[in-house]
Amino acid sequence: MAKRIDVSGLTAYYGSHKAIEDISMTIEPRSVTAFIGPSGCGKSTFLRTLNRMHEVTPGGRVEGKVLLDSEDLYGAGVDPVAVRREVGMVFQRPNPFPTMSIFDNVAAGLRLNGRYKKSELADIVEKSLRGANLWNEVKDRLHKPGAGLSGGQQQRLCIARAIAVEPKVLLMDEPCSALDPISTLAIEDLIGQLKQRFTIVIVTHNMQQAARVSDRTAFFNLAAVGKPGRLIEIDDTERIFSNPSVQATEDYISGRFG
Amino acid sequence: MSHAAIAGTRTERDRSSLHGARLPRWSPYAIALGAAALAVLVGTLAGLHSRIQWGLIAAALFVLGLYGASARVEGLRRAKDRLATSLVWAAFLLAVVPLVSLIWTTLTCGVKVLDVHFLTHSMGVVADTEPGGGIYHAIVGSLQQVGLATLIGAPIGVLTAIYLVEYGRGRLARAVTFFVDVMTGIPSIVAGLFILSLMLILKMQPFGFAGSLALAILMMPVVVRSTEEMLKLVPNELREASLALGVPKWRTILKVVLPTSIGGITTGVVLAVARIAGETAPVMLLVFGNPFINNNPFEGAQASLPLYIYQQYANSAGSGAAYDRAWAASLTLIAFVMLLNLGARGIARWKAPRTGR
Repeated sequence: MAKRIDVSGLTAYYGSHKAIEDISMTIEPRSVTAFIGPSGCGKSTFLRTLNRMHEVTPGGRVEGKVLLDSEDLYGAGVDPVAVRREVGMVFQRPNPFPTMSIFDNVAAGLRLNGRYKKSELADIVEKSLRGANLWNEVKDRLHKPGAGLSGGQQQRLCIARAIAVEPKVLLMDEPCSALDPISTLAIEDLIGQLKQRFTIVIVTHNMQQAARVSDRTAFFNLAAVGKPGRLIEIDDTERIFSNPSVQATEDYISGRFG
Repeated sequence: MSHAAIAGTRTERDRSSLHGARLPRWSPYAIALGAAALAVLVGTLAGLHSRIQWGLIAAALFVLGLYGASARVEGLRRAKDRLATSLVWAAFLLAVVPLVSLIWTTLTCGVKVLDVHFLTHSMGVVADTEPGGGIYHAIVGSLQQVGLATLIGAPIGVLTAIYLVEYGRGRLARAVTFFVDVMTGIPSIVAGLFILSLMLILKMQPFGFAGSLALAILMMPVVVRSTEEMLKLVPNELREASLALGVPKWRTILKVVLPTSIGGITTGVVLAVARIAGETAPVMLLVFGNPFINNNPFEGAQASLPLYIYQQYANSAGSGAAYDRAWAASLTLIAFVMLLNLGARGIARWKAPRTGR
């Protein structure tokens, strides 16, 4: 059920500002692809173009093609809402719905879309929470508010919420940057399990993390402040971290940049 | 010099740099007492009879005294801190004194005739100068007019705010914001005159619903403003989280944004209701007032509490009975508004997003 993503010639704008320019890459199904690069190089912007969240920002627009198993996400007549049901997202800061219980948070995607049978809901919630390695910690307090969990638990709750709607692709925008090392480890383990079922794309500032969790790594950079970000190279993670083909990648990874 | 001696001098110096001299805890109270006593003395000597003058002198003496004492003992920075604190307290007291005085006067004057009979009878068979009678007809009128106004004003206001925050871009949104601002400044009598001109064109007699329309005009901008602020407080991350789950925008607003802010929105609506409940001018023009009970807001003149208060005072001809009734009606009105406020706080607390800790 995981799907392949083919991006070609993608350029994204905020109003008149060009944030990323001419990006092409292929993201393999059932694998983890990591995006690394300095702040402001457009990693998150690029990630958000993959499920049409970029255009939610006022002034955001996109040129180019994103094929999800040969279907263009930016084709005429494509419903962004339908795209987001196929391509889920986990954000940098855990953001459970504050008015909802743990159960309702996980069920939110299904309930708000009206696509569920009542009898199935409890099973789906349990399955998703187990999938996010959170079930054992919360099974006795499913009806307590989701905001009462710790930061790491909240992030796993958000992952459970995202996988409950059974997307084909899961985008993660620095999912561990607000978490402590133990919670980070829990999420990294989880990513390793989830890649059996989903195509996973993760933005990270932590290069060890990229090396630990990803199969492929893409390095983004920008020529100067105010210039659009570009894809420098994408390759197997092992190669990127041992023997990258571009000098800029090696400089960035080994800490010699600027 | 021995090692111990060096250590000793060092701790002493450390202490002196970290522990400044402080005024004792009781000193502000003592200075307050002294200032009060001095103010009474000065006041009597200078032949000032007004308690207000005494109070002001005492306040000034207290602020200066505390500043001086603190500057001498504690240094200039702490003295400034104390000065700012006392000024804030003085401003607070200045703001509270009229409120307390108003409530106290209304309470003491209002309880004289406020009883079950007063709340359940109209003025139908009682002349304004005689004792007896009540405010039942005015309560009915107020509840109906304010209720209908809320039914019109609150939904329009909330929906306008949702448009402005969630959808509004460009010219239309700027125009709406501008006109809401203008509407906020409309005097209530102008809103009344606007509806009155329509009534004159349509050749209509005064009736309760006309008043509701004018009140709705006054209520709408207040609701828009408060709801807008509440919606802006909802973190964008929640909207994005919902959209990223493949939830359409309208459902996101309905199921995520509104539930998160519903407590604040309700509080805003209730405060707007409280504001229009006390409006007199449009009611006077459009509803006219009526000593009899009229249960139909769509036909015939009606009474309302603020209008009743005004008419009892204006038509009293020096009669104590009418004054008492006016006070009792004021007390009822204040109690109604306070209950609304308490209710709004209750709802806000009940609906507030929970942390569960």
